[in-house]
Amino acid sequence: MTNQSDLFKYLLHLGDNALIHSYRLSELCSRGPFLEEDLALTNIALDQIGRASSFLKYAGEIEGKGRTEDDLAYKRGERQFYNHLITELPNGDFAYTIAKQLILSTYDVLLFTELSNSKDETIAGISSKVLKEVRYHFVHARDWCYRLGLGTELSHTKLQNAINEIWMFTGELFESDETYNDLYSKGIAVNTNSLKAKWLENITEVLTKSEINIPNVDYMQSGGKQGIHTEYLGHLLTEMQYLQRAYPNAKW
Amino acid sequence: MNVAAIENDFQQKIDKDLFIEPKDAMPDKYREHLIRQISQHAHSEVIGMQPEGNWINRAPSLRAKQILLAKIQDEAGHGLYLYSAAETLNISREELIAQLHSGKAKYSNIFNYPALTWADIGAIGWLVDGAAIVNQVSLQRTSYGPYARAMFRICKEESFHQRQGYEIMAHMMNGTAEQKEMAQDAMNRWWWPSLMMFGPHDSDSPNSGNAFKWKIKRKGNDELRQKFIDKTVQQAEVIGLTVPDPDLKWNDEKQCYDYGEIDWDEFNKVISGNGPCNKQRINHHIKYHNEGAWVREAALAYSQKIQPNAI
Ligand SMILES: [Fe+2]
Ligand SMILES: [Fe+2]
Repeated sequence: MTNQSDLFKYLLHLGDNALIHSYRLSELCSRGPFLEEDLALTNIALDQIGRASSFLKYAGEIEGKGRTEDDLAYKRGERQFYNHLITELPNGDFAYTIAKQLILSTYDVLLFTELSNSKDETIAGISSKVLKEVRYHFVHARDWCYRLGLGTELSHTKLQNAINEIWMFTGELFESDETYNDLYSKGIAVNTNSLKAKWLENITEVLTKSEINIPNVDYMQSGGKQGIHTEYLGHLLTEMQYLQRAYPNAKW
Repeated sequence: MNVAAIENDFQQKIDKDLFIEPKDAMPDKYREHLIRQISQHAHSEVIGMQPEGNWINRAPSLRAKQILLAKIQDEAGHGLYLYSAAETLNISREELIAQLHSGKAKYSNIFNYPALTWADIGAIGWLVDGAAIVNQVSLQRTSYGPYARAMFRICKEESFHQRQGYEIMAHMMNGTAEQKEMAQDAMNRWWWPSLMMFGPHDSDSPNSGNAFKWKIKRKGNDELRQKFIDKTVQQAEVIGLTVPDPDLKWNDEKQCYDYGEIDWDEFNKVISGNGPCNKQRINHHIKYHNEGAWVREAALAYSQKIQPNAI
């Protein structure tokens, strides 16, 4: 028997990553560099909202207290969110978005490849669907890295700067968490530490082809998985949860 | 062929209800009229993303957020269909956007009003898209082939937009006192601007003569507006919303609603650039278009490196 509260927290982690990432991508609606790209980025946002919904819904079922995916999205405080810090960083320029997309989609492809074989059937089911989506997200980010990296001097500089700035948020993706040892050993969750080498290999390939260097970063940021966030998350939740909090008795 | 012969030939096609296609000869005035109308339509789809986009991240449920974002994406897609239709008339998207930014090209006035509460998202879908549909259905038979086909595709998606807006309103009218108040307030603010979307009374539209002769337009502003009012008033009643028009009354003889006079001063004020959001909307578009310039340049430079012979 697995510890249900560990599984609950793990599902929140998976759901929150998608939920918070989708928020930042949704902010880009009507702000794309051209209309087709506006659509591409918000398509990714839509996929992530769907993913968040599925994992949070399942989290509510595992918790068994009758909380819905909306209760979990709209009525938790910042210390109960377990997403990676990188997902909550405010949007910068387009290069910043693409750098973030490359880092996360490369990670997601590896993670959901593993999770689609999870011993938990629901996780496996959601993850196989997600895997199809994140493969597209990766191709989208990779192709833009080529364009920006090899396009103009300006675009190259911007992409290099973005990678430099964000890199310190990549360490957290691969931290193993002993809370989940039991879930790891049962083949339900994935210890992402085991994905790190492959991730670095895959992302290095894209960045090298784009003539972008991987920066040397001595210290990595972390805390998201423990609910210790950047200052940005509170503002994000304030906006996202506004209606639910202001009108607690209303159904929408 | 001389100009008179071309125009004669062209008008014969129109009179036979044949579509005019991009390669067909057409009078310059017809081409200009179409560019003006189609680009205005395309810009409206795109500018309309702003008031709704304003609420994506405050949508009150994950489902509502998905529906709203998908709806806005549809509008962006409509913008693309329409830009493509306009481009068949030998004008580039860059030129069309430059005309929008300079003020030469317009977009629908309705998007110069602010989306203040969540109920506004309901009202926009239900009333604004509802009004747009009435107009767009009639444009499916417009004389320019690419425009008519774009309208056909767009209409297929629009009825979903109206339904999702109506669903939001219906939900709120079923909810708490505060929600009902919010819904009625949105109704009060969006009703009249929605009626203005059909434009001035036909008796006050001096330039529509050619549009009818060339069958770009097939129905008058007042006929379309009446159609919209007749279908919408009943929908409002079903969910308990009051239409903010004391003169609104069923006319048994004409079998349609009589309605009060539209505030044309207000209409003219907004159309001349002095509505609540005119500057905000256009500045937003200019800002993000300009910020995207280096991205478009990079994409172009890259494609030229990969395929040096492509233009
Ligand atoms: Fe549309
Ligand atoms: Fe629409």
